[in-house]
Amino acid sequence: MSKVILQVEDLRSYFFTRKGVVKAVDGISFYVDEGETFGIVGESACGKTVTALSILRLLPEPGGKIVSGKIILDGTNLVELSKKEMRKYRGKMISMILQDPMTSLNPVYTIGDQIAESVRLHQGLRGEMVEQEVISALRLLKIPSPEVILRQYPFQMSGGMRQRVVGAIAMSCRPRLLIADEPTTALDATIQAQYMALFKDVQKKTNVAIIYITHDFGVIAQMCHRVAVMYAGKIVETATTRELFKAPKHPYTSALINSVPRLDRKDARLYSIEGQPPSLMDLPPGCRFAPRCPVVKPVCREQEPPEVGIGYGHSVSCWRAK
Amino acid sequence: MEDVLLEGRDLKKYYPVTKGLLQRTVGWVRAVDGVSFKVERGKTLGLVGESGAGKTTTAKAILLLERLTSGNILFEGKDLYQFSQSQLKTEYRPRVQSVQQNPWSSMNPRMRVRDIVAEPLVVNTKQSKKQNQSRVLELLEQVGLNSGHAELYPHEFSGGQRQRIAVARALALNPSLVVLDEPVSALDVSIRAQIMNLLKDLQEQYNLSYLVIAHNLATVRYMSYNVAIMYLGQIVEYGEAEELFKRPLHPYTRALMSASLLTLPEDDGQGTEQIILSGEMPSPLNPPSGCRFHTRCTEAAPKCSQEVPPLRNVGGGHEVACLRV
Amino acid sequence: MDATRVMDWEKVGGGVRRKRIISRLTFTIPSAVLFILVVTAIFAPLLAPYPPDQIALLDRLMPPAFVEGGSTAHLLGTDLIGRDILSRVIYGARISLSVSLLVILITASIGTGLGIISGYLGGRTDAFLMRVTDISLAFPAILIALLFAAILGPSYWTVVLAISLLGWAPYARLIRGEALRLREADFVAQARIIGTSPGRIMVRHIFPNIMNPLIIMATLSVGFVILTEAALSYLGAGIPPPTASWGNMVSDGRNLIDTAWWISLFPGIAIGLVVLSGNFLGDWLRDKMDPRLRQI
Repeated sequence: MSKVILQVEDLRSYFFTRKGVVKAVDGISFYVDEGETFGIVGESACGKTVTALSILRLLPEPGGKIVSGKIILDGTNLVELSKKEMRKYRGKMISMILQDPMTSLNPVYTIGDQIAESVRLHQGLRGEMVEQEVISALRLLKIPSPEVILRQYPFQMSGGMRQRVVGAIAMSCRPRLLIADEPTTALDATIQAQYMALFKDVQKKTNVAIIYITHDFGVIAQMCHRVAVMYAGKIVETATTRELFKAPKHPYTSALINSVPRLDRKDARLYSIEGQPPSLMDLPPGCRFAPRCPVVKPVCREQEPPEVGIGYGHSVSCWRAK
Repeated sequence: MEDVLLEGRDLKKYYPVTKGLLQRTVGWVRAVDGVSFKVERGKTLGLVGESGAGKTTTAKAILLLERLTSGNILFEGKDLYQFSQSQLKTEYRPRVQSVQQNPWSSMNPRMRVRDIVAEPLVVNTKQSKKQNQSRVLELLEQVGLNSGHAELYPHEFSGGQRQRIAVARALALNPSLVVLDEPVSALDVSIRAQIMNLLKDLQEQYNLSYLVIAHNLATVRYMSYNVAIMYLGQIVEYGEAEELFKRPLHPYTRALMSASLLTLPEDDGQGTEQIILSGEMPSPLNPPSGCRFHTRCTEAAPKCSQEVPPLRNVGGGHEVACLRV
Repeated sequence: MDATRVMDWEKVGGGVRRKRIISRLTFTIPSAVLFILVVTAIFAPLLAPYPPDQIALLDRLMPPAFVEGGSTAHLLGTDLIGRDILSRVIYGARISLSVSLLVILITASIGTGLGIISGYLGGRTDAFLMRVTDISLAFPAILIALLFAAILGPSYWTVVLAISLLGWAPYARLIRGEALRLREADFVAQARIIGTSPGRIMVRHIFPNIMNPLIIMATLSVGFVILTEAALSYLGAGIPPPTASWGNMVSDGRNLIDTAWWISLFPGIAIGLVVLSGNFLGDWLRDKMDPRLRQI
């Protein structure tokens, strides 16, 4: 049994705007094991990125705020840390890879400088040692001829290679938890496949826990051990990847899986979920998916469904699940 | 009997690379390099490839947004280069419309939906305002919107609804061909199916031809009748979608398919072996000799770096450009 | 837990509210100032206690009412030949504000037109227009205006034309950049696919989308125009006397600045108020129209 590295309990992150309160994340709980890849899948504005930013305590200010809940990383509740203490955690214990490799590197510094910055800051290394660490980080991400690459600037590299550099920066201090927010969405299919294989390898070598955020079920299937499906600020279903694809229990999960065209069979007509996700400022009473749900019951429109466990590691928030 | 609406013959688009004060041309970026295809009436041709494959440049040439370096585009058997400017404006442009990838940028943010959808009519017809308005309402209804939406501005809509507006605008002039450039890739997963189904319904209703450009193979398979796989400015495999995806012959097609199949982690190593290509697509400024894919190909032979593989028919209209097949 | 949550709400709400109040003040105060000045200019004959050029030699060099020796008959004092400063400042607003308005209208129209044409058409047209713009920007505007005024002889229209002569260039630069960006926008490509003519694209699709930077730039240039007008007057090439403009009033008083400081000070304050208001308002508009800053 591996050790739990991150435990999130009843996390609520809201945005206070002129027009009202946006309940971007509204009471979610999950855990991530060491050496595990935990996927969070959902559509835009379902709260998956806000979840990531909450864990890093990087919600945009003013306006964004964790209003309640616990985020326990290796025994420490991050919500209670001061800003200064949190800075020490970021980069060293947790790091993050963002979607766009074009904007997440600073164009005026060399690759080496950008990795070295994080190494100096968190490991307190100086001189020769820094360069060694930088090279070992580049090696970890299988970047060819690291001694040459570290003197190059981001514009000299392709998108795929930049995203590897971003990965090298994130892994340079050997964090315990890595949050990857759609890291391959901007990449081409064959490069995406390379990148995912690479990260499986990095994980094997370092035993880092990964939270992988995506909207793409194909990516989830290839990368993740367990998955949480988010809808309108809530986790509607958590399961192992295999179980989620074989026996999805929440109507939203199965609708999503069925609405994605498949390459290995000819679909006569795709299943399509009508309507759109609700506004996070004006949520429907009861289950948030009820207005679009094909199997809605009267109770769904009145009361929020509780999360119920239905077998090993599988839980779902739906009145139909028993 | 195939009824060809639009045909591309050996299309080439080279961009000059200039250097120095005198803008001397030192090389050419071969964005599209000898591409031929046919779009049949009432059917869909899917162009698939990664960024830099030349699919968007091909689409732009068809939409007259880019001038080709060489090659011919035939519309209903007539060569576009034989058309006069006014013929292009009256006989070609209105009949070839498009829906773009990004519904957030494809509409003038300062115009109301009513005017956005009416714009093609205002520019191309001499109909009265009243006639235009009733046509707009008819179009909005067809794409699943209503008259109440006509008075709003684009920013008041979600991505899916905007894409519906874009479809309505594309249909305003009763076109024969609609170029769909990544029509769903900017949308949310649950909305994509809505738009793809809408497009398929409209195609059936109006006998429309589509040219779908996408990087997602599954999207193309769902939408298309014929498929062309592009790599570095050339078509490497071409055929009916059913046949091509059942029996992919080109190693690049197989690698692409392997990268987009749903494979469960536990299935690794048992079912289909994942093909992971090494390296990245070379620069179109300096394409590799011989077969352009040989630098990344898992099955490359020595001859692949010397001989240029022609696109050969391997039966049933299935064409492939590979020396090893 | 509920109690802490309520506290947090207030804390976050407070910070945001303070920001909004400051933002609102930078809009209301400058627009109120400009509004009052414009109203003053329009109703000058009703508001001014005396005609602006009425000479009263007996009351010459009278200090403002609040200074020893001043009289409530002339609230802001009188000048060398006994003209009422308050009345002249009020009438001067007509000249100074109308000059700015005219200059901004002329320069913005020319600059926008050339900028859109240059940016959208590109190629040789663009190269030619931009070289002309570069040359215009390279000349010291005030010297050219001075030269122009010297040739034509000082008059109201000379001032307007002299300032407009080179004033369009910054607009052309800014708008060309915007047009260049918009030319690549998807909705412009879409307009071309529909078959829209270049003229219609420029008018209907590009122009409405450059309104934001245009309005910001116009507001910010109010200050520039008023200051240039004042500088021209100061150099003797501005609005010719006896017509009152803020610029020539400041210039009138320059020799008496140590004894009769009020002659220059009050029109100077008026100039300062307009320039500051224009700048504040321009900044506010820029923040307001930048969607990245508008979110909260």
